[in-house]
Amino acid sequence: MSIWNFSCVLLGLLLAPLMPGLINRTKAFFAGRRGPPLLQTYFDLAKLLRKGAVYSRTTSWIFRLAPSVGLACVMIGLLLIPSGGLAAPLAFSGDLIVLAYLLGLMRFMTICAALDTGSSFEGMGASREAFFSALAEPALILGLATLARQANSFSLSGIFGGVVRAEWHLAGPALVLVAAALLIVFLAENARIPVDDPNTHLELTMIHEVMILDYSGPDLACVLYGASLKLWLLGTLLADIFLPLTGLTGLLQTACFLAVMFGVAVLTGVIESVMARLSLLKVPHLLIGATALSVLGFALMLRFAS
Amino acid sequence: MTLILTALAIWVATGILCLAIARQSRLAQILGPAGVVLGSLPATLAVCKTLLGGSSTSLIWPWAIPGASFSIGLDALSAFFVLPIVLICALAAIYGRAYLKSCASRKALGVPWAMFNLLAASMLMVIVARNAILFLFAWEGMSLTSFFLVLFESEHGRVRRAGWTYLVATHIGTAFLLVMFVLFGRASGSLDFDGFSRLSSMPALANLAFVLALIGFGTKAGFMPLHIWLPEAHPAAPSHVSAVMSGVMIKTGLYGLIRTLLWLGAPPLWWGYTLVVVGACSGVLGVMFVIVQHDLKRMLAYSSVENMGILGLGFGVGLIGLGNHQPLVAALGFSGALLHVLNHAIFKSLLFMGAGSVLHATGTREIDRLGGLLKRMPVTGATFLMGAVSISGLPPFNGFVGEFLIYFAAFSLLGASSIPVIIAALTVIVSLAVIGGLAAACFTNAFGIVFLGEPRSDAARHAHESGIEMRAPMIVLAGCCLMIALTAPHVMMLFAPVVSQLTRGVNPGDWMPVVTRSLSILSYLALGLLALIACLVGVRWALLSKRPVDATVTWDCGYIAPTSRMQYTGSSFVDPFVRFFGRLLGTRRTFLPPRGYFPDSASLSTHTPDSSREHVYRPVFHAIEQTLSKIQWLQHGRLNLYILYIALTLLALMAWKLGAG
Repeated sequence: MSIWNFSCVLLGLLLAPLMPGLINRTKAFFAGRRGPPLLQTYFDLAKLLRKGAVYSRTTSWIFRLAPSVGLACVMIGLLLIPSGGLAAPLAFSGDLIVLAYLLGLMRFMTICAALDTGSSFEGMGASREAFFSALAEPALILGLATLARQANSFSLSGIFGGVVRAEWHLAGPALVLVAAALLIVFLAENARIPVDDPNTHLELTMIHEVMILDYSGPDLACVLYGASLKLWLLGTLLADIFLPLTGLTGLLQTACFLAVMFGVAVLTGVIESVMARLSLLKVPHLLIGATALSVLGFALMLRFAS
Repeated sequence: MTLILTALAIWVATGILCLAIARQSRLAQILGPAGVVLGSLPATLAVCKTLLGGSSTSLIWPWAIPGASFSIGLDALSAFFVLPIVLICALAAIYGRAYLKSCASRKALGVPWAMFNLLAASMLMVIVARNAILFLFAWEGMSLTSFFLVLFESEHGRVRRAGWTYLVATHIGTAFLLVMFVLFGRASGSLDFDGFSRLSSMPALANLAFVLALIGFGTKAGFMPLHIWLPEAHPAAPSHVSAVMSGVMIKTGLYGLIRTLLWLGAPPLWWGYTLVVVGACSGVLGVMFVIVQHDLKRMLAYSSVENMGILGLGFGVGLIGLGNHQPLVAALGFSGALLHVLNHAIFKSLLFMGAGSVLHATGTREIDRLGGLLKRMPVTGATFLMGAVSISGLPPFNGFVGEFLIYFAAFSLLGASSIPVIIAALTVIVSLAVIGGLAAACFTNAFGIVFLGEPRSDAARHAHESGIEMRAPMIVLAGCCLMIALTAPHVMMLFAPVVSQLTRGVNPGDWMPVVTRSLSILSYLALGLLALIACLVGVRWALLSKRPVDATVTWDCGYIAPTSRMQYTGSSFVDPFVRFFGRLLGTRRTFLPPRGYFPDSASLSTHTPDSSREHVYRPVFHAIEQTLSKIQWLQHGRLNLYILYIALTLLALMAWKLGAG
């Protein structure tokens, strides 16, 4: 445990709002536009934190509590995740389950807050979020279980702490399948295309955006920051698989890690630019497909191991 | 042992007294609950002495019935299962007093209170009995007293049907137990439990006994597909009884199964596999049935099936760990399952009490007719939310801690070299993940639709908070949910002796440090999470304190007059799930779309009958009825001929006995 373990958490807290900016710039590049500034999310957060708030009369304390709980969940989650070969500040057997369930608590509160407004649009978003995330959960946990079996460790830091690079030689195809499954989970959990469109302006078709329609001021800032951190969190998971960094130390390690993270953001932007959003009825197929990929990955990995 | 006997005596005595004053509801309302609470004190003391002091006691009195003896004992396993009984029964009695107050004018409350006290006594007796005949007596007493409690509102046809289903199902289960105990008695030469430990050297008998116990005790525990009575009977009972039945009584089935396993010696791997499969089916199908329910209490009843599934998974992993010689896995699996036994007792009772409080205030259990109750019933709402988060297995509450240990066990099993073991471990992991995701959907639905938004009916609009007698037990239980999560390493002291008992011959040093370490990390994390939430709430409060905060209507895309009827309902919330799983569950959908330019009516209704009831039990029972109706001419109502039957039977028996001798 060194100062570097914590530095990555600090970097995450500071740089997470850069991720949406990068995604949007990538999308603008593909569309031939100039796009919003890279730091747009920071500007939004600064503006929202200075404002007052408007609440619906229907809402109760649940609505006011939910953003704080959500943000707290991802902040704790950030402590559990290793970044690019460096162990997480908090690493223990079972941290991957804690991470998945912290995200579950965040979702639980977001859904409750959406239902608290009594709006049918927000109810619709809540219902879809509950459904899709229930389907994404097995894909995530199974994907992690595959890695856990391969690394023979039940902790994220143990799985990604340099073991993965060796595994790419041994069980490459299995890892590719797991990485694909986790990429789908990453896109679904962060409400990106092809599951949800963060830019849509029609309430009927939104999922995540519609659930937070009634937030304003510091609460909205909390929600936005929480969403950026979640993007960073699950992005780190992908980065850890795609580019297992070992043997690097200090600044070089941090720089490589950041480069991979920004690569993940650009990849997301490219995916969003080159494909359309799936019809809502097809999303379950995609998510179950992700679970199937995880299962297949597990089966392949058993084969390679034996 | 005196303490347990005192508790039994108090409960039985107040039960009989309540029967004697059956018509005097007022007196029964005092005597009944007072008896339950008073009796729970010595029992709690006995439990503490056994679990913390590490002493187990027993007592044997002769009994006139052949083969029987009044033999009772309290070891770690029994004490651990007595714990929820005393806690939940006492709280449910306090709650029930207020809950039944409104019925006092139209119903005699003596009998229900008598049955409640006797139910508590018979559950305690089931757990401490050390003789097969005594055990079966207590078991039957437990079934019958709870049957009469289910029939509390017997003026409704559906309640009578529920009671009937329950009575039949529970006796089918008991029949299997009877066979099992007879086999045990023949093999060991005695009906005392002490003699049964000799059975461990007979593998063929052990396998048969495992199957019989799984069916017999599984019926009481509500494993699929033996669960059909559970979603009928639990919602029909008054809410405090539902809390006791769902929270505590079904656990006696599990206790029976574990006790039997202790006699049968080293478990072969297939027992573990069977339990995992049963657990996975109960858990996953159970939670799918939770989603499609429209009735709050029925939903909670199905969720009990789901949670029994989780327990099955935990014990299954534990057995596989034992069979595969991985003591750590076994200890983790058993620890997780035992902790979940305690947790489920607490949060399920809490949720049933919350549902009862809602029913009491609004007169309806239909989720789609409720809404906005958090503002009208703040305490019920807040405690229900804590119960809902706990039962969804989310941190920082107790539900997560138990499930975490089961996950831990399954992940540790992944490293095994045998493929079937790995597949079993994977089944556990996937089932838990699916159950977790779907349970969160169910309980956001239950809490969100019932307590949040705008009221959907006048009943919900004019709801009022329940009295302090009903609120206090809910507050205590919600506090327990949080405290167990925050003090998890200390709670382990309660079940560690039981785990040692289950993993015989394993050095506690092999597993105790690992479990303690995980539990302390989890409790620190829960504490950290709560502290961080508090900080963020404080920051938010500081930011907003000096700024304008306005109130307005919800954003509704520019409608002028939004009404509560425009809200999403529970049915619409779960519609994607119903479309997706509907075919699997056999959901029937009746949809009349609006027709023409000026449609005058449109409707949509969905109904999900229990598939095992529809496709397994109904045809089987029908076939039995068809067969037996052929000899119905024997039954004609003439008493003298009936007496002739008896005489002929006795004669035949005597002839057989003489011939054989």
